[in-house]
Amino acid sequence: MSTATVSGPAVDSGPDRLRLRGQSLPRWVPLAVAAGAVVVSLLIYLLTPVDSEIQIVLMAALGFVIAMTALSTAVEGGRRARDRFATTLVYTAFLLAVIPLVAVLVSVIGKGAGRLDAGFFTHSMNGIGARDVGGGIYHAIIGTVEQVLLASVLAVPFGLLVAIYLVEYGRGRVSRVISFFVDVLTGLPSIIAGLFILAFWVLALDQGFSGFAGALALAVLMIPTVVRSAEEMLKLVPNELREAGYALGVPQWRTILRVVVPTALPGIVTGVMLAVARVAGETAPVLLTVFGTNLINSNPFSGEQSSLPLYIYSQAGQPQQSAVDRAWAAALVLIIIIMVLNLAARLFAGRSRLK
Amino acid sequence: MATRIDVTGLTAYYGKFKAVADVNLTIEPKNVTAFIGPSGCGKSTVLRTLNRMHEVLPGARVEGKVLLDGEDLYGAGTDPVNVRRTVGMVFQRPNPFPTMSIYENVIAGLKLNGVRKKALLDERVEESLRGANLWEEVKDRLGRPGAGLSGGQQQRLCIARAIAVEPQVLLMDEPCSALDPISTLAIEDLITKLKSSFTIVIVTHNMQQASRVSDTTAFFSLEKTGDPGRLVEFDKTSKIFTNPTEKRTEDYVSGRFG
Repeated sequence: MSTATVSGPAVDSGPDRLRLRGQSLPRWVPLAVAAGAVVVSLLIYLLTPVDSEIQIVLMAALGFVIAMTALSTAVEGGRRARDRFATTLVYTAFLLAVIPLVAVLVSVIGKGAGRLDAGFFTHSMNGIGARDVGGGIYHAIIGTVEQVLLASVLAVPFGLLVAIYLVEYGRGRVSRVISFFVDVLTGLPSIIAGLFILAFWVLALDQGFSGFAGALALAVLMIPTVVRSAEEMLKLVPNELREAGYALGVPQWRTILRVVVPTALPGIVTGVMLAVARVAGETAPVLLTVFGTNLINSNPFSGEQSSLPLYIYSQAGQPQQSAVDRAWAAALVLIIIIMVLNLAARLFAGRSRLK
Repeated sequence: MATRIDVTGLTAYYGKFKAVADVNLTIEPKNVTAFIGPSGCGKSTVLRTLNRMHEVLPGARVEGKVLLDGEDLYGAGTDPVNVRRTVGMVFQRPNPFPTMSIYENVIAGLKLNGVRKKALLDERVEESLRGANLWEEVKDRLGRPGAGLSGGQQQRLCIARAIAVEPQVLLMDEPCSALDPISTLAIEDLITKLKSSFTIVIVTHNMQQASRVSDTTAFFSLEKTGDPGRLVEFDKTSKIFTNPTEKRTEDYVSGRFG
């Protein structure tokens, strides 16, 4: 048997030998440590004068990270402990980030769901005082849908064309200047967009308040988002596909229209939906350009309209509980509308790609 | 139908960089011409000048003449789109359109140029796929995405797509370099078959391939990096590989390069 050891190097069993196996914590340990951290923080909350919930949550998070790292250092050693530290930090950060989202949803649903009935969707605020319990958001939904649709009709084709120019045609100075101004526009505060339309369209051109004026302001806000997201998506389309199109004798514009844009479409749709969701919740520009009303006005081109953010803003500002309830219910409806739009866009984008 | 190409005094630039200088050669109709040579010698560049794909890259330009049956590709008033309809191209990496099915990929060139007749399209799909030796493998799944095929099948799909627009010349830029030997063999058989209807120019790094499929071979080389590539020798394939005139050609084809 010992003949085999002649040819190979002697097996070194000393401490310097690289060990492939090491001590590692069982899989349930992180969960147990997390539970422990929560229990300890709860005990502190109940037994000591510390009575701030925020402090307790932070304490639990900190305790989890520290305990996990310490335990891992003791059992697993240096590199894996650092890995544990980073992992627990990421998990904790994720949980902390989810808290506001869940809290918003829970409180909006809790406070808004009670007021959601058929009447709420089918009535306006015509003749309803702040103290009255009735009233609805029919006029506000009409306003929001029309304004956002009009804004999209204005901004999406325009933004898409700008993005196509920047990616497919733009060379040199002109495209750099356009790109710069798109960046500037991205940082434009929404109320400035509203003020601009108020000064230019509503007052200087004397067009008066209207849903369309609001759509103009919203379009100004949408364009940079649409341009940037569409640009990123178009850049991801491999150049080989463009060359394949050209090599078939297809003109450039047709290659872009039939090959490049369809390939990037799912991403573009997602970008457009994010832009829509963003402007659907805008209040300030709408306040300055649409003005708001309690009456149903389904013509976006003339006269004041309402919109959901405006409605929430005006109702939440009232001292009466009935008005505040309406604001919460309207907030819930706004969230639902945006979510439905998002889901619809995702479905569409998923279907447009071949399985 | 097939077309003769005369190249005279061709020099191609990328911006200020002269990639290939003073190329003169004649490509006979219904013939397979192979371009061989070390990397960077300009063989792909020359290939791309033959259907005006070179200028697609920013800053790229061409001097000299390329005559297609006597008509100058770079003459005033020549429309690059029409040139590319006459001179088709297959690329190094298979690039089927990812949003299209196999069927749509084959007729992409026709459909994007406005052909709508269903019967004609159906007929052309079968004809082109048969022409590319792919029909038997995909006839039951024409509606499936083209990107779902294997690499070799995708490359034959791209060849089907290129021949569906009925070009007169087919350029192939290292069409087998991303493929395994079996798929390579399938493509080589196909090239031999396509020779009867098209003038074919193929760039390849594989010298066995060049000697197997081509009738004529052009050997390109460059003195050193940074210099423009030049056409060293252009002759019958059998002569290039057995009894080349130039010492450099002999060194290259026999593997004693450098």
